[in-house]
Amino acid sequence: MTLGDIGVPVQSEQSGGPELVQLLTPEGERVHHPDYPLEVTAEEVRDLYRDLVLVRRLDVEATALQRQGELGIWASLLGQEAAQIGSGRALRPGDMAFPSYREHGVAWCRGVRPGELLSLYRGNDFGGWDPSETNLGLYSIVIGAQTLHATGYAMAMQRDGGEDASIAYFGDGASSQGDVNEAFVWASVFNAPVVFFCQNNQWAISEPIEKQSRIPLFQRARGFGFPGVRVDGNDVLACLAVTRAALDAARTGQGPTLVEAYTYRMGAHTTSDDPTRYRLASELEIWRLRDPIERVKAYLSRSGEADAAFFESVQEQSDELAGQVRSACVDMPDPHPLDIFTEVYAEKTPHIDAQRDGFAAYLDSFEGVQH
Amino acid sequence: MATFTLAKALNDGLRKAMEDDPKVLIMGEDVGKLGGVFRVTDGLQKDFGEDRVIDTPLAESGIIGTAIGMAMRGYRPVCEIQFDGFVYPAFDQIVSQLAKVHYRSRGKIKMPVTIRIPFGGGIGAVEHHSESPEAYFAHTAGLKVVACSNPADAYHMIRQSIASDDPIIFLEPKRRYWEKADFDPAAEPGPLHQARVVRPGSDVTVVAYGPMVKVALDAATAAEEDGRHLEVIDLRTLSPLDSGTVVESVRRTGRLVVVHEAPTTLGMGSELAARVTEQAFYSLEAPVLRVGGFDTPYPPSRLEEDFLPDLDRVLDAVDRSLAF
Repeated sequence: MTLGDIGVPVQSEQSGGPELVQLLTPEGERVHHPDYPLEVTAEEVRDLYRDLVLVRRLDVEATALQRQGELGIWASLLGQEAAQIGSGRALRPGDMAFPSYREHGVAWCRGVRPGELLSLYRGNDFGGWDPSETNLGLYSIVIGAQTLHATGYAMAMQRDGGEDASIAYFGDGASSQGDVNEAFVWASVFNAPVVFFCQNNQWAISEPIEKQSRIPLFQRARGFGFPGVRVDGNDVLACLAVTRAALDAARTGQGPTLVEAYTYRMGAHTTSDDPTRYRLASELEIWRLRDPIERVKAYLSRSGEADAAFFESVQEQSDELAGQVRSACVDMPDPHPLDIFTEVYAEKTPHIDAQRDGFAAYLDSFEGVQH
Repeated sequence: MATFTLAKALNDGLRKAMEDDPKVLIMGEDVGKLGGVFRVTDGLQKDFGEDRVIDTPLAESGIIGTAIGMAMRGYRPVCEIQFDGFVYPAFDQIVSQLAKVHYRSRGKIKMPVTIRIPFGGGIGAVEHHSESPEAYFAHTAGLKVVACSNPADAYHMIRQSIASDDPIIFLEPKRRYWEKADFDPAAEPGPLHQARVVRPGSDVTVVAYGPMVKVALDAATAAEEDGRHLEVIDLRTLSPLDSGTVVESVRRTGRLVVVHEAPTTLGMGSELAARVTEQAFYSLEAPVLRVGGFDTPYPPSRLEEDFLPDLDRVLDAVDRSLAF
């Protein structure tokens, strides 16, 4: 029996296949899709462009900070800006986002400040933002675990009434995890208002998508009983429209949707990774032509919706942001040794307090050492 | 005063918690219409509805993972893991997620999640239905672990656990579900995280928790006939561990025997032995002795009576302790 006999399509070529939803071509041409009409003003497109440029700059600066020893590690979002800004800007204030660890663009959309984002990678804390203030959960390092939290959160929203929805971010590698599949089952049978936003960036560190799935990921949703859609993850307009539609479906009682944002991890997995060991430079070249920012710039220039002064002002803003990112990082005070013991429990225990006091006394026993 | 089985006391405690706070939810496999395989949640779905007593898909990681999401939005889920041996698929969600949410959010997110686990053997069950996984959880910072041993504690401790803002592993001695006792539900309970001297004595301190408290008490009654006065402590809280109550007792008796069903290596007895040695070294007349399951997998049920500590093995340890 061959794959064709059992109706399983082999993973398609790198273009994303015929079902890819696209509203802006790599050349910057605005196209329309019958299922995803999108009305955007010139100002909205300019704002999206600005977001894309700024988060890429933040990312470049963070990578540099890691190289200079200011961050322990950094997970670059290079290439995935449109997937994150498009979906992030589709969120309403009351929605709740559950990120993986590369969602710097989503964090940007939720108002997380650069220092709050970098503190985790500097090793100061586990994320400096307040999830209840930003409606962005803390980064999840364990792959896929957050999809269950997003689903449970959506079930709580369901019980509270109203029109809020939650969104879970994860990657192609995570789609193999038990937790993600359990989240699909839960969301489906409880009709939870959750959007599963999978950034298929083609690589889980060194493992290509073929090691995770024999069918396009968005098609998996069907087996769980809810719709799946593949969107051009390098097209900010398409990501905005598709995510907005999925969120609206969730808000109006139509349950979950799986959005597969078809994109590419342009950089290494993290600053500790060396992708030349497992993938070809030619592949990178193909995706360079589909850059998520260049196509918006081309569209804005050609349509006359932005002029040279606009692009210049974005460049200036970007330089300013780079400075802010840098100073937020290097000016960050080191955590105090006794911070180890804080907030282990909501209701304190004498045992942890005793360990804290013992360690404080031990530190005090070193003459002339301040802490 | 009224008479309750331990299962019924838990059922009443859950009912009271749900009446007191509309944010309390129950989730698990077969907890709704069936009322749980041990009937601990009997009748609750009928009275509180399917939105509050949720029959979940059969996936333990999913139960805990979605409970975490619900707790993030202010709910207080009470999850039932059907049997001790089925908790392991949820291990990541419990130890890496649930246990750490409060810490990693620097106290901004509370995790008032209670995980009920019927634990221990002695009911002639097939494998994976008789285990004692408490040490894994007591070893995990961010979790609290308690074990009830009698109907009165079952009623009060489940309510206290649900009211706590920390995640609590709530261990239920499944072989004692049907044992009865009288108690007054209106009486004010003591603190949740405190051990209790359930039988005073002067010769040897015997510490137990959950299903082994009855064994320890029976051993004390038998020892009394030989003129030996055992002090029995029901540990009740495994994390935080109330070693203070144990140390205070050992200072008087000079001898300690710890009894549990879990294998002795790196079990609660090991930790108690270490703490008592650190805090009451000069009071000890004998080494701390552990009576527990062997360091083997739980055996087939026809062998479990040999595996599980019983009255004679406790008395044997008492003899050995007194022989020093």
